Amino acid sequence: MTATCPECDAMIALAADVVEHEIVICTDCAAELEVIGLDPPALALAPEVGEDWGE
Amino acid sequence: MSEMRVGVLCSRIRVEEKLIFAEFERRGIAITKLDDDAVIFDLNDGRYAFDVVLERSIHHSRALYALRVLNDAGVPTVNTFAVADVCGDKFKTTQELIKAGVPTPRTRMAFSPASALQAIEQLGYPAVLKPAVGSWGRLIAKVNDREAAEAMLEHKEVLGSYHHSIFYIQEYIAKPGGRDIRAFVIGDDCIGAIYRTSAHWITNTARGGQASVCPLTPGLAQICVAAAHAVGGGVVAIDLLETADGRVLVNEVNYTMEFRNSIAPTGVNIPARIVDHTLAVARGQA
Repeated sequence: MTATCPECDAMIALAADVVEHEIVICTDCAAELEVIGLDPPALALAPEVGEDWGE
Repeated sequence: MSEMRVGVLCSRIRVEEKLIFAEFERRGIAITKLDDDAVIFDLNDGRYAFDVVLERSIHHSRALYALRVLNDAGVPTVNTFAVADVCGDKFKTTQELIKAGVPTPRTRMAFSPASALQAIEQLGYPAVLKPAVGSWGRLIAKVNDREAAEAMLEHKEVLGSYHHSIFYIQEYIAKPGGRDIRAFVIGDDCIGAIYRTSAHWITNTARGGQASVCPLTPGLAQICVAAAHAVGGGVVAIDLLETADGRVLVNEVNYTMEFRNSIAPTGVNIPARIVDHTLAVARGQA
């Protein structure tokens, strides 16, 4: 499964067990990306860390 | 119980969530993912068809509201609203630890820069200023002297929102060997612990701290279970500091714990233990 990096347009291979909202790193430009769809596979820039994020 | 109805509240799917999903799948239990970007709670109807909901949201505020909604509707959750409410606020955590007699660093609270400066000087330099609500070591400041204290307090007052004017101030505990301890408690069991070592005084593994196994002595386990019980129990991660004179102090308790770096050093299948506990809660056995 592949998807296009929205930052640099590189084609990124996604793992077979990838799930929606998983974070992947673009192998070309190192952008942090969120998997926003699986059928078809789609990526968006991951959101910045929110003020209330954490454990 | 047939066809157990398990919900998992989540946002970002981190390594931890994937391991938990895989563990449910391995046991043949279908889960419903409650995406906190998409979920709508009908507060008037107030019926939610779950035997248990495991909370794994990355957002403290969303987790807190969702757990309140679910608990009010009678849905058991891991963890409960009460636990999230205490653990998500360092002041409330400290209060519960003190009430339960669990050793914790000396802490002061003040509401104005002038009184906060006095409180810092009561504790002595260096002291640590923390936002009462926050995670991953963000906006935590080690204040080494009076000039730094005055600057920090002015910045917090001018630049911060109102909750940065609630001054939570702790004594600084020098970490031997640049390490602290993170231990994992599930129910009444402390299942493992790691040292987090860093050249930086903030040792969170999310900030680059390195994990290695920490021997789980009966004394350490006892403190950790006492800390977990003090905040209401469930599935929690306890952060502890060792003092130069050999005491162990509970610094924080985390209620949506990250554990990816702790499975290998401890040798404990942490996601399996979380799933065990979640299913026990659904059955009313925990």
